[in-house]
Amino acid sequence: MTLISVISIIEKYKENNYQKELGTIKNTYSITIFMFLMLIVLSIQSIFIGVIDISVADIFAGNFHEINILLISRLPRLLAILCTGVGMSIAGLIMQQLCMNKFVSPTTGATISSAQLGVLVCMIIAPGAGILTKTSIAFVTSILGTWSFVFFAQKMKLKDAIMMPLIGIMFGNVIGGITTYFSYKYGLMQSLNATFVGDFSLIIRGRYEIVFLVVPLIIIAYIYANQFNIVGMGENFAKNLGINPNVVMFGGLSIVALITASIVVTVGTISYLGLIVPNLVALFRGDKIRGSMLDISIFGALFTLVCDILGRVLIAPYELPIDLIIGILGSVLFIGLMFKKLSPAKKIKVKQSKKIETINVMKSGEANA
Amino acid sequence: MKIVNLLKQYGEKKVVDTVSFEFPKGKVTSMIGPNGAGKSTVLNIATRLIPRDGGQVLFEGKDIKDWKNKELSKKIAILTQSNNIQMKLTVRELVSFGRFPYSGNRLTKEDWEHVDSAIKYMELEEFENRFIDQLSGGQRQRAYIAMVIAQDTEYVFLDEPTNNLDIYHSSNMMQMARRLCDELGKTVVMVLHEINFASFYSDYICAFKDGKLHTFGTVEEVMNKKVLKELYNVDFEILNMNNKPLSVFY
Repeated sequence: MTLISVISIIEKYKENNYQKELGTIKNTYSITIFMFLMLIVLSIQSIFIGVIDISVADIFAGNFHEINILLISRLPRLLAILCTGVGMSIAGLIMQQLCMNKFVSPTTGATISSAQLGVLVCMIIAPGAGILTKTSIAFVTSILGTWSFVFFAQKMKLKDAIMMPLIGIMFGNVIGGITTYFSYKYGLMQSLNATFVGDFSLIIRGRYEIVFLVVPLIIIAYIYANQFNIVGMGENFAKNLGINPNVVMFGGLSIVALITASIVVTVGTISYLGLIVPNLVALFRGDKIRGSMLDISIFGALFTLVCDILGRVLIAPYELPIDLIIGILGSVLFIGLMFKKLSPAKKIKVKQSKKIETINVMKSGEANA
Repeated sequence: MKIVNLLKQYGEKKVVDTVSFEFPKGKVTSMIGPNGAGKSTVLNIATRLIPRDGGQVLFEGKDIKDWKNKELSKKIAILTQSNNIQMKLTVRELVSFGRFPYSGNRLTKEDWEHVDSAIKYMELEEFENRFIDQLSGGQRQRAYIAMVIAQDTEYVFLDEPTNNLDIYHSSNMMQMARRLCDELGKTVVMVLHEINFASFYSDYICAFKDGKLHTFGTVEEVMNKKVLKELYNVDFEILNMNNKPLSVFY
């Protein structure tokens, strides 16, 4: 049922895209409302999915055991899913705007791998440290990783849009290599792998609350949305309007790094989300951040929730990690998106094959991570 | 706006070498010269897009370094070619960015009036909800000009505004520049490659060669065989058309 609804959403996107191509954008708030209702229905449903059956009647009857499960495991899990979905999508959106490149995201921009390195550093220098320390260290490393990647990418003045994510993936893999080396050296391979694969099954009360950092960060991002848009139009464009592009760039990338770090520490790696969600929503909403942030947030949360429910239902009572589900669904969607973007005759064929190559490289990059 | 002994060098090479002149207020001034003559560099320095290595750029008697960025962007607008045209922004959204220096993130009713009249002035009403990446080159250029109009500045700088446009759209663009000056009373400064456009549509011409100001004067003072030959090392014939000098080179 969930899969059908995802497909129907995509159909709706297409429909709206055609309307937009005809000339004017039709009022598309119906999609926003539809997605929001879906999100609420599925959120409620997700609370009742699990090994132990919970019923509404029991909870209202005051069944202590069931209420406990709800508060300790199911509700935290749902909240973590929503925060992750929203956070990663918005992080991807900000990064794509600031880097002026549709293929950059925390995954393809070295942010996630740098955060992972931070988690490892924390495990080595302060084993048993609290989640706050872990997040802080992961934040520092992911901010350094992202800044240096963007700095290099800008210094090189890349002509081809595809080069930037390629370099990002390479850069991320180098950092990943360093992480692997040190985790091997200190015998942390297993515990590290367990932490890195995105998975919501370990979310319980008291261990995930740092993920709520996403909420204030997104409010800040909304306040500065126009600045991100203007910097995304180009350096000269921003300077003309009296904006210092470097300041906005550093601020925006710091928000991205903080969102990513808080998610990597609590949930693990969720790839693709930051790449796909903003691109899909931009198809019908455009790139004006103020106008698309709500849809991106709702769609990001919905997509993550659907993937998580799939992971829980498919081989119940066991679970598939969400990173796997998102990886599969995401890569299919992404390839579809690429073809859609490239299908008009205005693009040259050579470019097409180049971009498909990149998807393959991206996929192998994901596999390596 | 006055430029005094401007200097810019990359390594040993001086790309702008002690250039001094003043942009005449309320007129259209074109900057011409061969490739690498430093005309774009002067334009970019005058509009604070790139830093300089020496000299001064005085705006209303004050060095542009001492101006607040936000204040300056209410007085000077610059349109360059290096904009991200992949961005899916509607024309109206793009034009509304022109009000950013005034109201930041919260546009007032008055700001939207500016936006609407700018769109109307550039005859973009039927496109106002289109994404700029779906427009033709000429329409997109008009959308950018509309943004500059919404920015409501005294000075408008255009870096090669006819680049990548066909003959029809180029001449439209030049008429637009003229109207910005004649109807809206703006000071327009352009970098141009087509010298006949410079001759037909501007009041003053600023000719550069090898980083130095070669000649600065009215159209008639610059558009003659001697100056053009010195500039481009090509023989020119100057004809007269509608009382404007028309250059033919071969």
